[in-house]
Amino acid sequence: MAKMLMKGNEAVAQAAIRAGCDAFFGYPITPQNEVPEYLSRELPKAGGVFVQAESEVAAINMVYGAAGAGARVMTSSSSPGISLKQEGISYIAGAELPAVIVNMVRGGSGLGSIQASQCDYYQATRGGGNGDYRTLVYAPANVQEAADLVMEAFDVADYYRNPVVVLGDGMIGQMMEPVEFRERSKRKLKEKTWAASGTKGKREHNVINSLRLDPEELEVLNDKLQAKYEMMEKDEARCEMYKMENPEIVFVAYGTTSRIVKNAIDLLEAEGITAGLIRPITLYPFPKKAFDEIPETAKGIIGVEMSEGQIMDDIEISNKGRFPTRFYGRAGGVIPKPKEIVDVAKSMIGGGR
Amino acid sequence: MAIVFGKTKGLTDVEFHYCPGCTHGIIHRLVAEIIEELDVIGDAIGMASVGCSGLNYDYFSCDMQQCAHGRAPAVATGAKRYLPDSVVFTYQGDGDLASIGTAEAVHVAHRGELITTIFVNNAIYGMTGGQMAPTTLIGQRATTCQDGRSAKQAGNPLRMAEIMATIEGAAFVERVSVDSPANVRKAKKAIKKAFECQLQGKGYSFVEVLSTCPTNWAMTPVDALEWLRENMIPYYPLGNLRDPWKE
Repeated sequence: MAKMLMKGNEAVAQAAIRAGCDAFFGYPITPQNEVPEYLSRELPKAGGVFVQAESEVAAINMVYGAAGAGARVMTSSSSPGISLKQEGISYIAGAELPAVIVNMVRGGSGLGSIQASQCDYYQATRGGGNGDYRTLVYAPANVQEAADLVMEAFDVADYYRNPVVVLGDGMIGQMMEPVEFRERSKRKLKEKTWAASGTKGKREHNVINSLRLDPEELEVLNDKLQAKYEMMEKDEARCEMYKMENPEIVFVAYGTTSRIVKNAIDLLEAEGITAGLIRPITLYPFPKKAFDEIPETAKGIIGVEMSEGQIMDDIEISNKGRFPTRFYGRAGGVIPKPKEIVDVAKSMIGGGR
Repeated sequence: MAIVFGKTKGLTDVEFHYCPGCTHGIIHRLVAEIIEELDVIGDAIGMASVGCSGLNYDYFSCDMQQCAHGRAPAVATGAKRYLPDSVVFTYQGDGDLASIGTAEAVHVAHRGELITTIFVNNAIYGMTGGQMAPTTLIGQRATTCQDGRSAKQAGNPLRMAEIMATIEGAAFVERVSVDSPANVRKAKKAIKKAFECQLQGKGYSFVEVLSTCPTNWAMTPVDALEWLRENMIPYYPLGNLRDPWKE
């Protein structure tokens, strides 16, 4: 299929349709409005359901209801809206339902701004709502990858019966890039025999539920969830290793920021400084193993994020104290410039090169 | 010997956890009998809420989903839109529907979803131990209004059926009570009509059921029924507010 020029949000929406999304429930918030707008027009044509909910809280609960009935279902929002959805995401995780949640992150805290940001890293990778749960988190760096990962997210959500978050940012959602909707390798998925879709008089009733009043039973559920996350850690962690053969400086950045870092790497190269990039494609599970492969040529690791440094915890855990670390970030919707990143790298190496 | 009466197939054999004299049991049975009589147990998806009735996912024999506090109408919307041939109902208390879930309650009606809501109003938060509800009557004591509810401090009780009746998408709205055998029979008729409203695609249906809470009202079951008749019915008048077959 030929490449098309598409806005990130529209590519996400089209990818959902191609992944067999049965239902979408959303609520308007900038900078992700093109997702519900596109799906309100196109999803019903593909036989799917679109409902504009009265709030993000209602939207995620509609997702919970449709997922419980066996649907492949998606919602999208941006930071403050995603905060409102956390209750529902916790229920979806606790009831072991599949769902895809797209967050086109904007600056925070509170109402923040509508500009691109990566300040929801903690919320996305640490569960976000109440309880001992995690969501698998994809971080696309361009429109093509956003489309690919959304398609994959539906399968992965079904496979683990767990919510999957696609964490973009305002830039990924708003910019236009060429995109091609490729045939994807599908996972082998089990039939949803657990769904509350009507017994048809043929089986005992199914109950979708996260409540366990007996503490022993709740612990069993929590252990079961934990076993799933261990499987994800083993099988799903993914990253791109860019120019990591013999770097003096190792950058760690994802999404939009990783592209700016690649520019900075080129600038450094022109000055005779070698630098490489570990680009996490999954933020949870974090690609910890990639850090074991950092060659001894490295003099330090620099995390770059459009935040005040939320990614640094995972970098420190994965680095295990091997190399000195630093953070460079711009917050509140400000985009870091390659030159700024170059200066941080130079100051880390020291000397007057 | 011929069986002349049996327990409805709409209920499982799990024992109810309700307090003695609580009328949830009657209302459960009515809903279960109706989905059996309409032959829709196999198509039904029930939405359990948060409150005393929160465990009813174990009691109804149809497929069930447990919902966050107040969100059952949204959860029901998700299921019903995906499976339009299913028969979807929510079962919610007054804290759930009239307080934390007012937005979802209003908008499920506003969209005219083909869903039936059974709204159990016992004028108090039962499960959490007797706190004031939006439906608690003026002067009625609760653990968070120990001298009795005052309108100045907490406003006047909400009449949800009347609110629902102002919404175009709510095709069937009725308030009933289960304080006497005669009223139980009327309640059953209303709940049946509510499900028929859904099955015939006429719009959203809402039945408010006045109910007792002897434990948190600190009354005997008999006194509680009397209190309901003397205090609740005058403020929450029984009767039909919207009927799609009459309009």
